[in-house]
Amino acid sequence: MFKWKTDEFSWVDFTIDVLRVLIVLAVVVGAWNTLSSGRISLAQWVNLFAAGLSQGSIYALIALGYTLVYGILLMINFAHGEVFMAGAFTTVFFAEALNRTGFLNEQPLLAILLMIVFAGLVSMTVAILLERIAYRPLRGSPRLVPLITAIGASFFLQYTFRGLYGSGFKAYPGVKALQGAFSIGGINIPVAQVFVFCSALILMLCLYWLVERSRIGKAMRAVSENKEVARLMGIDIDWVIMFTFGVGGFLAGSAGVINGLFRPQGVNFYMGFIPGIKAFTAAVLGGIGNIPGAMLGGLFLGVIEAIGPNLVLAGLGIPGANQLKDVIAFTMLVLVLIFRPQGILGERLSEQKA
Amino acid sequence: MAPDEPIVIGGMLVISGAVSYLGEDSLGGIELAILHRDGQLLGREIEFVLEDSLCSAEGGQAAAQRLSADESIVGVIGTNCSSAAQGAMPIISDAGLVMIAPSNTSPSLTDEDIAAGGSHLPGYFRTSHNGLMEGMRNAEFATDVLGATSIATVHDGDPYTEGLSRVVAASFADLGGAVVFEGAVNKGDTDMASILTEIAVVNPDVIYLPLFEPEINFFAAQMQHIDGLEDTVIIGGGASFMAGFPENTGEAAVGIYVSGPLVTGNAYNTFLAAWDDEVGGTPPSGYHAHAYDATNILLEAVAAAAVELEGGGLLIGRGAIREALAATEDYPGLTGNLTCLEESPFAGDCATGAALAMFVITEAEVYDDNWPPPVAWNFASDSPGQAEL
Amino acid sequence: MDILRSERSRIVVSLGLLSGAFILFAGAVGMIEAFHEREVVDKFISLGQLLMLLAPFAVGFVAASRMAHTDASALTLLVCGAGVGILTAIPTVILLLFNSEEFRFLLDLTLKLLPLAVASYFAWQRYRAGADPRLVAGAWLAIAVLIGIVTYSFALVFEIKGELRTVLVNINRDWVDVVTFDHRKELMTGILTLCLATVASGCVGAIFHLIPDAPRRALLYGLGVTFLVGAFGETVRLILQEHLDRDTLKEIFRRDTLRQNAALALFVVSTVTGFLWAMFGQNLRHGISTMEYSQRRVLNGIGMLLFVAILLSLPWLIGRTLSDVAVTIGIFVLMGLGLNIAIGLAGLLDLGYVTNYAVGAYILAVLTSIGPLGLLKGTFNFWTVIPVALLAAMTAGFIFAMPVLRMRGDYLAIATLGFGEIIGKLAISDWLKPLIGGAQGVQAIPKPVFLGAELKNPEQLYYIVLVACLVTLFVSIRLNNSRTGRQWMAIREDEDVATAMGIDTARAKLLAFTLSAATGGVAGAIFAAKVGTVFPNSFTVFISINVLSLIIVGGIASNPGIVVGAIVLIGMPELLREFSDFRFMMYGALLILMMIKRPQGFIPSKIVTHEVRQGVKLKPAAAE
Repeated sequence: MFKWKTDEFSWVDFTIDVLRVLIVLAVVVGAWNTLSSGRISLAQWVNLFAAGLSQGSIYALIALGYTLVYGILLMINFAHGEVFMAGAFTTVFFAEALNRTGFLNEQPLLAILLMIVFAGLVSMTVAILLERIAYRPLRGSPRLVPLITAIGASFFLQYTFRGLYGSGFKAYPGVKALQGAFSIGGINIPVAQVFVFCSALILMLCLYWLVERSRIGKAMRAVSENKEVARLMGIDIDWVIMFTFGVGGFLAGSAGVINGLFRPQGVNFYMGFIPGIKAFTAAVLGGIGNIPGAMLGGLFLGVIEAIGPNLVLAGLGIPGANQLKDVIAFTMLVLVLIFRPQGILGERLSEQKA
Repeated sequence: MAPDEPIVIGGMLVISGAVSYLGEDSLGGIELAILHRDGQLLGREIEFVLEDSLCSAEGGQAAAQRLSADESIVGVIGTNCSSAAQGAMPIISDAGLVMIAPSNTSPSLTDEDIAAGGSHLPGYFRTSHNGLMEGMRNAEFATDVLGATSIATVHDGDPYTEGLSRVVAASFADLGGAVVFEGAVNKGDTDMASILTEIAVVNPDVIYLPLFEPEINFFAAQMQHIDGLEDTVIIGGGASFMAGFPENTGEAAVGIYVSGPLVTGNAYNTFLAAWDDEVGGTPPSGYHAHAYDATNILLEAVAAAAVELEGGGLLIGRGAIREALAATEDYPGLTGNLTCLEESPFAGDCATGAALAMFVITEAEVYDDNWPPPVAWNFASDSPGQAEL
Repeated sequence: MDILRSERSRIVVSLGLLSGAFILFAGAVGMIEAFHEREVVDKFISLGQLLMLLAPFAVGFVAASRMAHTDASALTLLVCGAGVGILTAIPTVILLLFNSEEFRFLLDLTLKLLPLAVASYFAWQRYRAGADPRLVAGAWLAIAVLIGIVTYSFALVFEIKGELRTVLVNINRDWVDVVTFDHRKELMTGILTLCLATVASGCVGAIFHLIPDAPRRALLYGLGVTFLVGAFGETVRLILQEHLDRDTLKEIFRRDTLRQNAALALFVVSTVTGFLWAMFGQNLRHGISTMEYSQRRVLNGIGMLLFVAILLSLPWLIGRTLSDVAVTIGIFVLMGLGLNIAIGLAGLLDLGYVTNYAVGAYILAVLTSIGPLGLLKGTFNFWTVIPVALLAAMTAGFIFAMPVLRMRGDYLAIATLGFGEIIGKLAISDWLKPLIGGAQGVQAIPKPVFLGAELKNPEQLYYIVLVACLVTLFVSIRLNNSRTGRQWMAIREDEDVATAMGIDTARAKLLAFTLSAATGGVAGAIFAAKVGTVFPNSFTVFISINVLSLIIVGGIASNPGIVVGAIVLIGMPELLREFSDFRFMMYGALLILMMIKRPQGFIPSKIVTHEVRQGVKLKPAAAE
C-alpha cells in the first residue's frame, strides 16, 4: 500500500491544494458573474457593507469574551452566548420600564448608557457565577472536561432563563433618536447602524486600554503567558481569571443591549445560541486569544455574511443563496483553519497550546 | 369503561425547544375547551394527558408510541409541527386512534397519493388550514384585491413555511402573475439586509412571508431601511397572526396583511378574556383557537360515539369516534364552521377555508394592544363562489 | 456573636442557605410548580412538595453527619436540623412576602437599601483591615453605584410592571399554592405551614443520622425505591402493563400515580429486603469472595447467561413504548461506539459527527423511498442499503478528514463543528431540494422486511440495533488491540513522538475518521427506517453534542461506559418527557455535576483511570 506521506509527495497537501484552487475558482466565477450582470448597484453594496459592519460589531463584542477566556484558560467557553442572552433578556424589562416612564425618549443617551451598564452587570454576574461554580473546580483537567461542562452550562442557562422569564418573544422599544438615516451622496445609512458601530468601537477601545495599559491588564497578560510564574510574582490568579470572565461578561451584556437597540426583535431565551456560535467563529477567524483579532474577525464575519450570498452564491446560480450564508461563514472558518490556523491576526501558538 | 372512570384525551404538543410557544399556545386552547365544559363530559371527568412531541418526526413518533400504549385514551390532540405529525400518524392510525392537529398545514398530510408525496392515513384530522387552501387564497388576495403582478416568496427552511411559499408561488403563477423571486432565510438569522437587497433588485409588488417570529419581525423592520422596497407590500401567513406580532415588530408592522381565521361575533374576545384569566396574558401564537376547536370536535365526537351500558358503564369504540369525527359537519367553532372532508387531497381537513380572511395591521395593533386587526378581505363573503371547496 | 462564628453554626448556615437557594431557584424557574403536577403517591404527596421537603431533609442529614466528630448531643443535632429547616424556608418566605399585596413595599425597600448595605459592609471590612479611609470611601461609592444601578433598575421595573409575575412568569398563583400547601388566601398560615414543614423535615434528616447503620440503610433503601417507582410511575406502569392484567394494575396505579396502599406495601417490602441485605449481605459477599476459582467461574457464567437472556428478551420485558426508547438508545450507542474510535482511541476531537448520521439517513431515504424523491423505487431494500450507507458515510468521513489532518485539539474540534453545520444547512437548502427534498425532507420510507414480515414495531427494530451494536463492539475491541489501535494510542498520547517513531500519522488519523464515520452511517440508516421520514431538522449540532457527551459521561474509551452514558443522557430524557423543559435543565446540570465530581465518567476505562489518578493528563487543558 502506498504511503500517505513521503518526502517528495503528500496526498494531504495535494488535496488541500486542489481544495484551494476549487474555492478560489468558485469565488472568482461567482463574483464575476454577479458584478458583470450589474444587478446590484453600488449604493446597495455600500448599504450591505454597512449592515454587515454593524452586525459584525455585535459579533466582535461577543467574540471578545471567547477570546479573553481562551487566552487565559485555553478553554472554549461554549456558554458565552448564553451570557449574552442573560443580559439582553433581562434588560428588555428595564428598557420597557424606561420607555413607559418616557425617560428613554427624553434622555436617550443617558437611558442607553444606563441600560448598557445594567445589562453588562447582569451578564457579568452570570459569567462570574459560571466561572466560580462550574469552571473553577476543573482547572487542570483534560481539555474535554471543561468543554463538556460548558455545553452543560449552556443548556442549563438557556432553560433557567426560559423558566424565569417565560418562552415568548419580546422586543426592545424603539428609540426615536436612533430612527432615520444619514444621507451621504445619495446613500442612506441608518442612524442605528452608525450607533452600533460607534458604541462597539468605544467599548473595544476601553477594553484595549484595560488590557494593554492598566495594572490588572498586565496581570491578565502575565497569567495568560505563564500561570506559575505569575503566581510567583504575587498575582492572585483566581482573581484575575474571575476578572477576565467578568470583563467578557460585561462586554457580552452590553452587546446584548446594543444589539437590542439595533435589532429590537426576537428577544428570548434561545437568542444567544446562534450569535454565540457565530461570535466564536469570528474569534477563531481573527485568531483566538488575540484581542484585535477578535474585533477584526467579528467585523469580517459580519461583512462576509452580508455580502457573500449575493456576491458569490447568487453569481453561481444557486437558488435560495441567502439560506446558505452560514455555509459561507463556516467554509471561511474551515479554510482559515487549514491555511492559516493562527487566524488572521494570531501568532502561531506553540504546539503545546494548539 | 366503568362508571367512575374519567374520559382521557391525549395531547402531543411541542413543549420544549425553540418553538415551544406553539405548544403552550395550543395547550391553553385545550385547557380552556375542557374548562368551558367544567371538565365534564357525559357526567364524567375529562382527563388530559400531555406528551412532548418536539418539532421533529422522531419526537412525534415517540409521543405517539407512548399515547397509543395507553388503552384508556380516546383521542389525541396534536401535533403542532407537520414533521412531528409525519412521525406520529402511522402509529396513531395503526392503533385505531384519531389525532386532530391544531397547527399542521403541510398538504402532504391530507393527501393519500404516496407516489406524489402524500402521506395521509385514516384517523388523521386537522382544524388548521391546509396549506394548499390557505396558499391559494393568499395568492388570490394578492392578485384580485391588491392587483399585484409580481411576487416574491421567502421561507425559513421549515417544512411549514417552505410548503406555503411553494403553494403561493404556484397559485400566483396560475393566476397569471410573475413569481420574480423565491428565496429563503435561516432560522436564527437577525440580519436580513442581504436577502432584502436581492428582493429590491427585482422589486416585486408583494412579498409573501409565512415566517415565524422572530424572523418575520426582523424582516419587516429592516425592510424600511432598504431603498426600492417602499411600495412593496408584505403578506404574512398564519404564523404571524398573533397578538404579540405587531407590538414586537413596531411601526414597521403597519400595513402588513396577515392571513388568519375570521372569528364572527364576540366569541373570540370572550375566549381571550378567559385566557387572560386562566392562563394569564395573551396567547403566544396564532393556533390556540384551532386547538380549542380541535378539542371541542373531539369531545363532541366522543359524546356521539359513546354508548351507555347498563349499570352506568360506557362503551366508547375508537372506530366509532373516528366515524363520528369524520361526520363532523358545520360545527360552529371559533375558527369558523368546521366540516371534516374525506377526499384526498383534503382527507381529514376540517377547516374548509370558509373562515379564512385577510387582516391588515394598523397602528392600533402596534401601540394600543388591539387584537384582532381589522379585516381587509373576507373570503367567504367577498368571493362567495369559491368559498366552499 | 461567638455562637455565630462557631463551626457548627457555619455548617448550619451554609447548608441551610444552600437548600434555601435551591428551593427558591426551583420555584422561580417553575420546577416546583411543574413537578407538583406529578403525584408520587396518590392524593398524598407530589413530586413538587417532595422536592421542597427533600432538600432540608438531605442537608439536615449532612449537617448532622458533619458534626458527628464534635460529639454533639442528640438535642444539639435536632436544633441544627431545625435551623437548617428554617433557613431553607427563609428565601422562599421572603419572595412570598414580596409577592403579596400588603408587603410589596418591602421589595422596593430592600432593592433600594441593598446597595448601601452591601457597600457599607465591604467598606467596613476594608476599614477594619486598616485601609486608607479615602480609598475606603471611594470603594464604598463605587460598589454602591454599581449595585445600585442594578437594584434601582429592578425596583423601577417592578414598580411599573406591578406584579412580580409579569416579569418572573413562574412566581404566580400556582407557585404560591404549592409552597404554602394550599393556603394562598391566608398567607401567614401558609408561611407558617411552610416553615413547619421544612423544619420538620430538617429535624427528621438530623434524627436520621442518629439511627444505627443497618436500619438506616434499610429505611433509605425503602424510601428510595418507593420514591423512584412513584416518580417514574409512567415507566414502571408501562413495564408492569406487559405482565399484569388490567385490574391488578389498577390496584397499584391510578394512571401513572402510585396508589397509597401500593406505596405503603412497596415501602414495607423494600425496607425489609433492605434490612435483610444490610444484615446478611456482608456474609453473602464474603462467601462469594472466598469461593474456589472454578465455582466463581460458574457463577460468572450464570451471570453472563442471565445478562444475555435479558438482552435478548428485553422488548418482551419492557413492552412497546419502552422498546421504542431502547431503539433510540441503541442508535446512540452505535454512534457513541463509532465516535469513540476517533475520540477515545485516537484522541481526535470530532464535533461534527452528525455529518455521518445525516449521510446514512439520507442515503437510505433516497434509495428506498417509494415517494416522489425515491431514486430506485423497489430496487433497494433496507438490507441492501445498509452497506451502501456504510460506504457512503465512510467516504464522507474520508473526504472531510482530508483537509483537517494537520489540525490538532481545539482547532480540529472547531473545524469539524463547522462541517456539521455546513451539512445541516445543505440538507435544508433549496439548492439540493430536487435531490433530497429540502425543508420537506424525504417521506414514505418503507420499513425493513425480514423473511416476508415487515419489521415495523420497535420490538423488532430493537434486534437490528442490537446486532449492529454487537458487531460494532466486536470490531472496536479488535481494533483497539490491533497494530492500528496501538498507533492511535500513540497519537492520542503525543502526536509528535508518534511521528518520530515512524508512525504514518496522516494515514492512521484518516483511518480513524473513516472507520468512526461508518457506524454513524449505519445509525442514520436505522434511524431513517425507524421514523419512516427524514427531515433536515433532525440533523443539528445537538446530535453531535449528545454523542460526545454520552461518551464523556459514560467514560471515555470505555465500551460499557458508552452504554451507560447513552441510557443516562438519551434514555432518561425520553423517560422524563413529562417534565418537558426541565429535562434539558437537568441534562445541563448533570453534565456540569458529572464533570466536577466524576470527570472520568460513570464506568471509566482502565487506562484512562490510570492516567487521571497518576495526574498524567490526556491532553493538558492549560500549558503550565
